[in-house]
Amino acid sequence: MNKLRRKVYMTAGFNTVSMGSGRKEFHPKKPRPGLEDYIKEAGKGTLGKIGGAKNVDEGVIGNFMAARFNNQGNLAALIPAIDQGLQWKPCTRVEGACCSGALALMAGIKSVLAETAEVVLAVGVEVQNTVKAVYGADILSTAGWRKERKAGHAHFFPGKFSDRAGAYYAKHGKDKTRRAMARWYRNAVENARLCPTAQEHQNTQKDLEAAGMTEPDAKSFVEHLSVYDCSKVSDGASAIAIMSEEGLRRAGIAKPDSVEVVGFGQVEADLTVPPGDLARLETTARAVEAALGSAGIKAADIGTVETHDCFTIAGVMATEAIGLAKAGEGPDFVLAGETSRTGSVPFNTTGGLVGWGHPTGATGVHQAVTIWEQLTGKAGPAQIKLSPERPYGLSINMGGDDKTVVAIVYRRGA
Amino acid sequence: MGYPERLENVAVLGAAGKMGSGIVLLVSQEMADLSLKPENKSRVYVLHAVDLSHQALSGLMGYLREQVRKSAEKKIVALRLAYSDRADLVDNGEIVDAYIARVLDVVRPATVLESAAQAGVVFEAAPEDLGLKLRLLSKCGGQGPDGPWIFTNTSSIPIHEIDEKAKLGGRVMGFHFYNPPAVQKLVELIRGKTTLPEVAKFAEALAKSLRKTVVLSRDVAGFIGNGHFMRDMLHGIAEAERLAQREAPPGGQARSMPFTHAVYSVNKVSQDFLVRPMGIFQLVDYVGLDVCQCILNVMDPRLPGKDLKSALIDRLLGQGVKGGQRHDGSQKDGFLKYEGGKIAGVWDPEAKRYAPVAELQAECDKKLGPLPEPALPWKAAVKHPSKDKALAEFFGKLDAMTTLGAELAKRYGGRSKEIGLGLVSDGVAASAEDVNKVLLTGFFHAYGPVNEYFKAQETPAGQKVTR
Repeated sequence: MNKLRRKVYMTAGFNTVSMGSGRKEFHPKKPRPGLEDYIKEAGKGTLGKIGGAKNVDEGVIGNFMAARFNNQGNLAALIPAIDQGLQWKPCTRVEGACCSGALALMAGIKSVLAETAEVVLAVGVEVQNTVKAVYGADILSTAGWRKERKAGHAHFFPGKFSDRAGAYYAKHGKDKTRRAMARWYRNAVENARLCPTAQEHQNTQKDLEAAGMTEPDAKSFVEHLSVYDCSKVSDGASAIAIMSEEGLRRAGIAKPDSVEVVGFGQVEADLTVPPGDLARLETTARAVEAALGSAGIKAADIGTVETHDCFTIAGVMATEAIGLAKAGEGPDFVLAGETSRTGSVPFNTTGGLVGWGHPTGATGVHQAVTIWEQLTGKAGPAQIKLSPERPYGLSINMGGDDKTVVAIVYRRGA
Repeated sequence: MGYPERLENVAVLGAAGKMGSGIVLLVSQEMADLSLKPENKSRVYVLHAVDLSHQALSGLMGYLREQVRKSAEKKIVALRLAYSDRADLVDNGEIVDAYIARVLDVVRPATVLESAAQAGVVFEAAPEDLGLKLRLLSKCGGQGPDGPWIFTNTSSIPIHEIDEKAKLGGRVMGFHFYNPPAVQKLVELIRGKTTLPEVAKFAEALAKSLRKTVVLSRDVAGFIGNGHFMRDMLHGIAEAERLAQREAPPGGQARSMPFTHAVYSVNKVSQDFLVRPMGIFQLVDYVGLDVCQCILNVMDPRLPGKDLKSALIDRLLGQGVKGGQRHDGSQKDGFLKYEGGKIAGVWDPEAKRYAPVAELQAECDKKLGPLPEPALPWKAAVKHPSKDKALAEFFGKLDAMTTLGAELAKRYGGRSKEIGLGLVSDGVAASAEDVNKVLLTGFFHAYGPVNEYFKAQETPAGQKVTR
């Protein structure tokens, strides 16, 4: 990839609460905020930190399936609803299943690189608790190839990643993998407890690893995963501002209050072709390789990762796709504590998808917000200590079963 | 005729009632599930849901639509497999809709009994009135060995009596669901002395397929469930009457209180002190005073010398106080008055009105004395990781207490144990374990009546507590 022709920054991140089961204020039968409420809350949160809508040149919104969860299309036109100052400005909606959020980031990054915008407001949103999980599974299954749906599991994606877990157990051993998945769950919830917007923030379960070891029940769910291995159904939105140096000046933001995008990889795999090796996240590995390459760094330079742990097994496998662990050694890496908040590379420091929540279209933006918070020292109780030898942050957002993947490398602005 | 064939044509009598609608829900799904199996594709499954009014049957169909959806959503993993050959059904939503249509297609609402003439299996869920049941069953299908197999939901009438009087030739068995049938795990199966072995075998297979917990009861009026409940209820009533009548407990001092206070107190003791899901008078209201009266009217003449009647229940029914439930499951007023699910008043048969609980609660609670500490509410007990230990600790402390509440509770727990042991010694239940299973699963008690927490009471002279 060519060297980036100008510097790109992200700043002023904002997350709504990730709402759903687990939050005390969530009640499935009571009225809740809608799609536009979440978009407005997140958008206003970011605008408030960058001097308002007048400083924004362009808006982009990532969302997966509002057309079915909320019977709402044309989401680009909900960006001006955030603030009157956004009326008549160019806006775009992007969709790439659960990677929609990072596609919104990429659209913003590319606008800044193309010099068609100095400040882009990027929003990600999903409101999924409008339907029961059994019907939500139908909607989410559209992230897979439609022709696979009939033969697929009732819980389509848990079924896909259960198959991956089964393949991984067979290839690399079940016992340590299950234990690593349980540890992943524990790390996720412990991190979420430090983040007030996380869906698992109020989780008080005592022995998290024991819960994580719950035996899967194929009759009522899937063969190789229990509910503790899965991210939950979430409503939420996140927003962040993507800026050039000119944009930072315009908004009056000091570089150290921003992160610089130093590299990215955006990779697409054929939706109609099944993965060659279920025990490996090949598309993720390619996206990360491209991102590290464009940033000119090695995996060992990364100080913190936000990875797409829609299921605990995806988190464990990501450590291998990034190159932090060898094939088959991801579980050992996790069990050794390397991914915990005090380990060598803290992963998903506000809970990730399992702990913070997974409002599908918002997740990619939420990951960038967390990296921005951590690298600029704004993560509050969830703040980790970064070593000067490993100053980089990495986010990995995945759509479908390792089909649409965006990896982005960040460092603190200077 | 095998199991899937026998279930091809079914009738439910009293289909729109509380018990009947639950039975229709369970059996129609069982039939639909059978129809989805490849080997049964050529069979046509029909369930005649017979009741008196079209309005009630329309309500039944609405109930079914809602409940079958919930059930389909729960068993979606299995349903996707069952529908794997249907290329046109791809999404869970499509499969759920198809299943609801399949079940509703099985059910044929009808107001005339004749529509059940072809049924191979009849579930009878009419009110607890032998005359009515006999009238219905005599009109139901052919006589002789080819006639339908009858599964009666009676909770008290001996099966052999129904068999003899309706001339069924052994084609009848007691299949007693608990209320509500779709939720309650327990089924009491009662084989009369004349019940044909193949009928009994089918009943056991069906109960197993419905994933019910089965307890076999001997064919004695009231069976195990009401055998315990009615005597337990009569004890509660006798205790309330005694408290209100200045009668001294054995070795104790005479105490007196107004009738409403006595009912409130015994209800509270039988709930909070005994760690039960509801107090005895609330349970009577839940079942309905009229239903309890019907059951006593069945049991009393058939169990001579046991004195299974209650003038108080007769009196309240005479005053129009009935209890029972609304369609949404909420309780109607009976001994107690309910507001938002909470007890708000107690019926005063002299004044013929409800005395507000707020006016008597503090005084009664003070007289009863405190609960053992730490308190053990029923909900906490059933979820307790070491339930037996927690109960033993709670009742151990209760045993050491001498307050009015503790004394009443000990007598109550002892009486309940005595009733349980009596059911075993009378041969109604095969074992104490069966009695306990009925109370644990059918009445949601946290512990069985035959336990180590309480001592069975000897008959105190002059006390009418032994029945």
